[in-house]
Amino acid sequence: MKALEAKVVVLGTQGVGKTSIVVRYVGKIFSKKVSPTIGSSFFTFKMTVDNYRVKLQLWDTAGQERFRSMAPMYYRKANAAFIVYDITSYESFDSVKSWVEELKKNVDAPLVICVLGNKCDLAEQRQVPLDEGVQFAASIGALFFETSALKNEGIEEAFLRLSLALISLSQSAPNCGLLVKDYDSSRRKSADIVTVPPSLKVLQDKIAEEDEEEFEEREPAKNGGCC
Amino acid sequence: MATSLHSNQISAGQEHAPGGSQNPVLVTKDSYEELEEDLSLDVDQSRPRHASGVIAEIVESRQHSEVDSNQNNAAVDYPATDQQVKGITADTNHLSLGDGQLTDESEVFVEEEEQRLRSGSVLQTVEKTKPAVVEEDIHSAAWKKHKKHIFILSEAGKPIYSRYGNEDKLVTLMGVIQALMSFVQDDKDSLRSVVAGGHLIVFLLRQPLMLVAASSTGESQQQLFLQLRYMYNQILSVLTHTQLNRIFEQRRNYDLRRLLSGTERFLNSLADLMDSDPCFLLTAVRGLPLDNTVRDVIGQSMQSAKVKDLVFAILIADGQLVTLVHMKKYILHPADLHLVINLLKASTSFETSDSWVPLCLPNFDSSGYLYSHISYLDDSPACLLLMTVDQMAFKEMENCKQKILEKLKKHNCLAAIKDSVKRGSYTCQEVGISELRHFLYKNKSTAQFTAPSWGAPYSDPAEQERLFSLYRFVHQKVHNPARPLKILFYVGSHESALGWITSGFELYAVFSPLTTKQVAILAVNKILKWIKKEEERLFILNPPEY
Ligand SMILES: Nc1nc2c(ncn2[C@@H]2O[C@H](COP(=O)(O)OP(=O)(O)O)[C@@H](O)[C@H]2O)c(=O)[nH]1
Ligand SMILES: [Mg+2]
Repeated sequence: MKALEAKVVVLGTQGVGKTSIVVRYVGKIFSKKVSPTIGSSFFTFKMTVDNYRVKLQLWDTAGQERFRSMAPMYYRKANAAFIVYDITSYESFDSVKSWVEELKKNVDAPLVICVLGNKCDLAEQRQVPLDEGVQFAASIGALFFETSALKNEGIEEAFLRLSLALISLSQSAPNCGLLVKDYDSSRRKSADIVTVPPSLKVLQDKIAEEDEEEFEEREPAKNGGCC
Repeated sequence: MATSLHSNQISAGQEHAPGGSQNPVLVTKDSYEELEEDLSLDVDQSRPRHASGVIAEIVESRQHSEVDSNQNNAAVDYPATDQQVKGITADTNHLSLGDGQLTDESEVFVEEEEQRLRSGSVLQTVEKTKPAVVEEDIHSAAWKKHKKHIFILSEAGKPIYSRYGNEDKLVTLMGVIQALMSFVQDDKDSLRSVVAGGHLIVFLLRQPLMLVAASSTGESQQQLFLQLRYMYNQILSVLTHTQLNRIFEQRRNYDLRRLLSGTERFLNSLADLMDSDPCFLLTAVRGLPLDNTVRDVIGQSMQSAKVKDLVFAILIADGQLVTLVHMKKYILHPADLHLVINLLKASTSFETSDSWVPLCLPNFDSSGYLYSHISYLDDSPACLLLMTVDQMAFKEMENCKQKILEKLKKHNCLAAIKDSVKRGSYTCQEVGISELRHFLYKNKSTAQFTAPSWGAPYSDPAEQERLFSLYRFVHQKVHNPARPLKILFYVGSHESALGWITSGFELYAVFSPLTTKQVAILAVNKILKWIKKEEERLFILNPPEY
């Protein structure tokens, strides 16, 4: 078994749902109260894919213009990028192109790009046709998924496929800067398996309380296990 | 007689003020002096106001030490406060502030409520900034009823922020303000304030921005200026002065809201906090009550985890300072710390994960950012901020945080912090003075303050607001630049209050309405004794340095 460690940046205009996607994936929850990211937030996530122990360091960025000065920090040694837009905002889709350009300008090593069209639950307000997203992603050689953090759609798959792409990148381009080590799975500590960070546990509890209070019908969260 | 008593008092105040320290953890310069200096710059725009260049200095010294790592660049002189206050002893007998000091014969200015009402400073309650849903415009009754408006606009008159209502709908008003200000400015004399329709309107020009407060709260021009300055600094903390200037040099007509997007919540929260938290009024920081041995362990843990280029390590819980470690040469200004506290108050984003945020601390260096690793430790209310000049140093800060976290957990410090936050501040009853209802005490040599919790009769928020405006009133009286008073005794129908300023401290105490001056004077001396007894728990007296 091998261990692979990768840095993944999450880019896109403010409000498209970057934090919601990451929190959904890492914490298995959706919170309406996720507050706008300031600067950037850092999450780690571990999973086992295809005989690899994959550790993702996720950099969730604010997406605001004034934080562009932080870009060098995000891009340095990045191995993969999620670029997120909101299917109900054509503007957010337009800006995906500038994020791609900026990535290309700042990262020399080959990297995996995954474009996400988020909020696909809001189909009736759609402004970006599915086709356009697919074609654009294909034109830059990126993975593509439509997702909904709210309904937990497409997110498990996107992370899984991104991880697989990272694994094959590490095999095809050994010098791409991806950190690969041998991994002794028997040495695996039980603490390793717990991937939800304590801070998100608190949020989980809060949401559980809110839901009890609110009596609101909620989508049955598909709890796609990944370890 | 009275005068000699006063000078006596002053020296006593400086040396023995409870909660004093020779090693201040924060900058202690009086904010009202600062304000005067600051405003005098308005007229003379040629003198630089900003950019201490501290960040450049740190970066430079780092590069220097990289070239010659043998040279110990840490051997810089510590700004000498040492000779100032020698020989403070913790001995309570030394506290000669006792009964002999502030006596009945001291020159105490007494103000009756009637005078106060006549002078126009009517007590009014404050309100919270809009829940954003309701859009108000300038003609709506609700909009006009707000007690304190705050507007920010560019020199070209472009709206940037309005505390209430959508600033877009206030374009006309902004235009009028802009015209007024530039008119007076052409006269080489900047417009300071106007009284109109029961409102005091205060103007602050901070090129390239203009800030305006229109208030019917009875606050003084100075108090409003200080608040506008905080709002201005909040904008700088997001953009830096350098960036702000560059933008408007390139495009005079720039719509700053684009760049500030998301900052509105911090401005709103700051405006609300200033209407309810005495720390702004006092330019002081509240320490989290903690056993001093626990606080020392925390300080040492933070100090021993030091990494390169770490300028400040700050631990905050529930808006109160647990402790702070700073690079030997650089001290944090309380007003900068207030912005940090506001940042944590206004966003829950930091609770979900570790964050990496560029923050400009305008009093420290308005020209650049300190990069801040922000994290809540485990699921405790303790938030750790590690601030460095190196924007790439996230990993180093992350490791530093881990080390600190392990140590704090090992010594059960997080549990102690949690307990203290849960317990809240002490009650006024604990102080053991029957007539006393509430007080604020600021030690000037540390820029820290202490206050009991809002117990009865101030459990109700409306009563708290009333009390807060009473504090503002007394504060304004003792700080009046035209006629500064050392001591003020105020008699009102709800309560009586005493304000007392020495060179070492400021004390504001509130009593039941029938309390006489003599009783109040006895009581404040008892308060001082009590604080002296508790000072190690309430104040951060020996902050470690890097
Ligand atoms: N309907 C819907 N709303 C979403 C979805 N993802 C996020 N949101 C909402 O979009 C807003 C912005 O989300 P946030 O995660 O903060 O966006 P970020 O700025 O890109 O990190 C919030 O109000 C979320 O509740 C989604 O999949 N569907
Ligand atoms: Mg976000």
